[in-house]
Amino acid sequence: MFENLSMLALQQYWWVLVSVLAALFVFLTFVQGGQTLLYTIGKTEAEKTIILNTLGRKWEFTFTTLVTFGGAFFASFPLFYSTSFGGAYWVWLAILIVFVIQAVAYEYRKKPANLLGAKTFEIFLVLNGLLGTILIGTAVGTFFNGAMFSLNDLNQVQWQTPFRGLEAVLTFHNVALGLAVFFLARILGLLYFIFTVDNEAIVTRSRKQMLVNSALFLVFFLYFLVWLILKEGFAVAPENGVVSMEKFKYLHNLLQMPLVLVILLVGVFGVLWGIISTIFMNSLKGFIFAGAGTVLTVLALFFVAGFNNTAFYPSVYDLQSSLTIQNASSSKFTLVAMSYVSLLIPFVLAYIVYFWRAINSKKITDEEMKEESHVY
Amino acid sequence: MIEIADASLVDWSRAQFALTAMYHWVFVPLTLGITFILAFMETLYVKTGNEEWKKITKFWMTIFGINFAIGVATGIILEFEFGTNWSNYSWFVGDIFGAPLAIEGILAFFMESTFIAIMFFGWNKVGRKTHLLATWLTAIGANLSALWILVANGWMQKPVGMVFNPETARNEMQSFWDVLFSQTAVDKWLHATSSGFVLASVFVIGISAWYLLKNREIMLAKKSIVVASVFGLLSSVYLVWTGDNSARTIAHDQPMKFAALEGLYNGSEGAGLVAIGMFSSNVADPTNENLKDFSMKLEIPNFLSYMAFLDWDAFVPGVHDLINGNEKYGYMSANEKIERGKVAIAKLGEFKEAKKAGNDSLATALKAELTSADFQNNYFKYFGYGYFTNTNDLIPNVPLTFYSFHIMVGLGFFFILLFILSLIYIWKGTFEKKKWFMKMAIISIPLAYVASQAGWIVAEVGRQPWVVQDLMPTISAVTKISSGSVMLTFWLFAVLFTVLLIAELKIMFRQIKIGPKH
Repeated sequence: MFENLSMLALQQYWWVLVSVLAALFVFLTFVQGGQTLLYTIGKTEAEKTIILNTLGRKWEFTFTTLVTFGGAFFASFPLFYSTSFGGAYWVWLAILIVFVIQAVAYEYRKKPANLLGAKTFEIFLVLNGLLGTILIGTAVGTFFNGAMFSLNDLNQVQWQTPFRGLEAVLTFHNVALGLAVFFLARILGLLYFIFTVDNEAIVTRSRKQMLVNSALFLVFFLYFLVWLILKEGFAVAPENGVVSMEKFKYLHNLLQMPLVLVILLVGVFGVLWGIISTIFMNSLKGFIFAGAGTVLTVLALFFVAGFNNTAFYPSVYDLQSSLTIQNASSSKFTLVAMSYVSLLIPFVLAYIVYFWRAINSKKITDEEMKEESHVY
Repeated sequence: MIEIADASLVDWSRAQFALTAMYHWVFVPLTLGITFILAFMETLYVKTGNEEWKKITKFWMTIFGINFAIGVATGIILEFEFGTNWSNYSWFVGDIFGAPLAIEGILAFFMESTFIAIMFFGWNKVGRKTHLLATWLTAIGANLSALWILVANGWMQKPVGMVFNPETARNEMQSFWDVLFSQTAVDKWLHATSSGFVLASVFVIGISAWYLLKNREIMLAKKSIVVASVFGLLSSVYLVWTGDNSARTIAHDQPMKFAALEGLYNGSEGAGLVAIGMFSSNVADPTNENLKDFSMKLEIPNFLSYMAFLDWDAFVPGVHDLINGNEKYGYMSANEKIERGKVAIAKLGEFKEAKKAGNDSLATALKAELTSADFQNNYFKYFGYGYFTNTNDLIPNVPLTFYSFHIMVGLGFFFILLFILSLIYIWKGTFEKKKWFMKMAIISIPLAYVASQAGWIVAEVGRQPWVVQDLMPTISAVTKISSGSVMLTFWLFAVLFTVLLIAELKIMFRQIKIGPKH
């Protein structure tokens, strides 16, 4: 069945899948956001234990989604993989290192004879939450602002700055997205505590933290969004693939793809409703709205970056080296083969959701921490 | 068009990849095997209802958790390093190599991470049978994760199922099944996973022996030894069988690696297998300091010919036959391959020039020539050789490959003996009386890790100078970046992983000392 699709349709299908993985990843960074709130919300050892256990049962999903995002991007758009990872070397390695230290921190923090002490592992988790979200958000910002690279005849990347990607922080628009992701992750973390923890002190403190984090999120997110709508974008001529600058490109994308505009608006509304219902209406279920809203918002942003004849990984050094979903993709054969594999994704999602609910069926309490055999 | 990276960049990039791969492989084999041991133990618990089995399962699960966390930590680096450090490689073969990595994530990693959470936190939240199912699925998920990355590795050792596209300057997949079911990939998966089963069995027996030596946790230790010995013995027999198959595949597809792992310089009919050998400092070949004479060797006549081709008198080519060529037995000389590789590279360059100049008719003609079966089989097949000038660069490090291979094989047979004795002694009820054996079992744990690492040295050092056999040399696969940057990240990872390893070992030793919860 996939064989009959056009090459472009397959490329679009895979851009949707990569976007879905990115969207799920940002939603799942509630784990990272929650980690940065460890000391703000957890005042006693028992409270910290509850916080790290409610997050600790989910950290692997975030981690696995990131790894799968990398793998799926490699399979479907290998030129992005080789260009960005090889080019923006320092950014990606910094991101990886903060995920390495996360992976051991939950398991080792409370174990006797852990060499570095509980505090160090807690700092690992805070660093992962802080740098992981900001760096990934900033790196994705370059999808809209471009990076400094060129490709040679063999499609091999030549990076044009010695900072190997770190120069992305010099563009405030990139950093604004990084900070928006960071504060969004914290909001989601707070909402997750409220949603899953049965402990009054934690819930009360989480509610209190909502206001300031939401305000900061809105500042950076709205700055990012407004500037995105107003700025020039990287347009691709469909007939010959030539890349050029177009005024209000991303605004045009939203207007020319009304469905994406709707997804974006519904997504932003979902996040706002999650926040408002929690702060002003004492709701316990803000996490569901804000989580779903996050998925939709990120999805829409990725669609704006890659669809409607737009270069999703533009080069400001050499416009014609910019990556589009057409020039960066795998061959038709590989896209078709991978598309068959993708039919299993709903099944994978179904069992994840089923067992997620089995673990979350009851709220997490102090008593459970005392009885449970595997506690972080 | 061709740019070769400077030697220090290649060396540092290789060092970094070797470092992360070897650290990762410290933790992976135990995960591959112990998850099945956990599944057996929990199955016994569910079948018998004996709480003792539940306690045993939970104890080994704790040990597994400590190991698993650091395995995950070291694994994420590897996946992204293909891009960060080997970006030219990532493009040249990404169309084939990316797919297994994506499938690994979608099908295996999620399975592993979902069910591991149930395994650890689900004891009081899901039913007994559901929990058991989760434990089994964790084991299957872990071993499926290994499948996909080994399919990718197998493809690099023996590229199949693809065709080169001059337009995109990369190899493109033509048959998914050829890639998945390539003999090299299947051999690799079976051999690597079963080596994990053996390592985990040695691990469980060794720690149980320590308890018996200390005269504590007697019940746990004995029951664990029974499960691990049976699993270990079956796995190790299987391991030898899969290893034997791998040897034949290597002899066929990577004759230079085969010659290196046996230290065979001059090929012969009815070649003997060096069972034990030591290299001297004398150089066997004045043009290449890498080729050292044997100072001592114990050879089994004709055995190598049989191992390679199932024929006691078959000709096995040595390093010199592969470099200088051997007309009688149909081996092309390295110089000839280099010439053909250069023709392929030049032709691709001409095509790119024609495209750039807008000379469409010439470009079309060149593309037709490049993609013709004749050109693919006689020239493109040797594409990677075109990067070399010195034929000595085509020979891997012989002593390192030879020693690693022999250490791996020797220890493999030693473990079979360990499992047999272990079963006999536990059967007779004399295990805890044999102090020497219990000590040997404990010492066997690090030996299992040595054997496991040695196996990967054979596989990866033995195939140098290739990243993709005959098509892409390591020197052209690397990301163009300052070698100082890679040196810095090498040391960063070296320090980070070493600190985490020490933490892991300390935690592990302490948990073993504490023992199961009573």
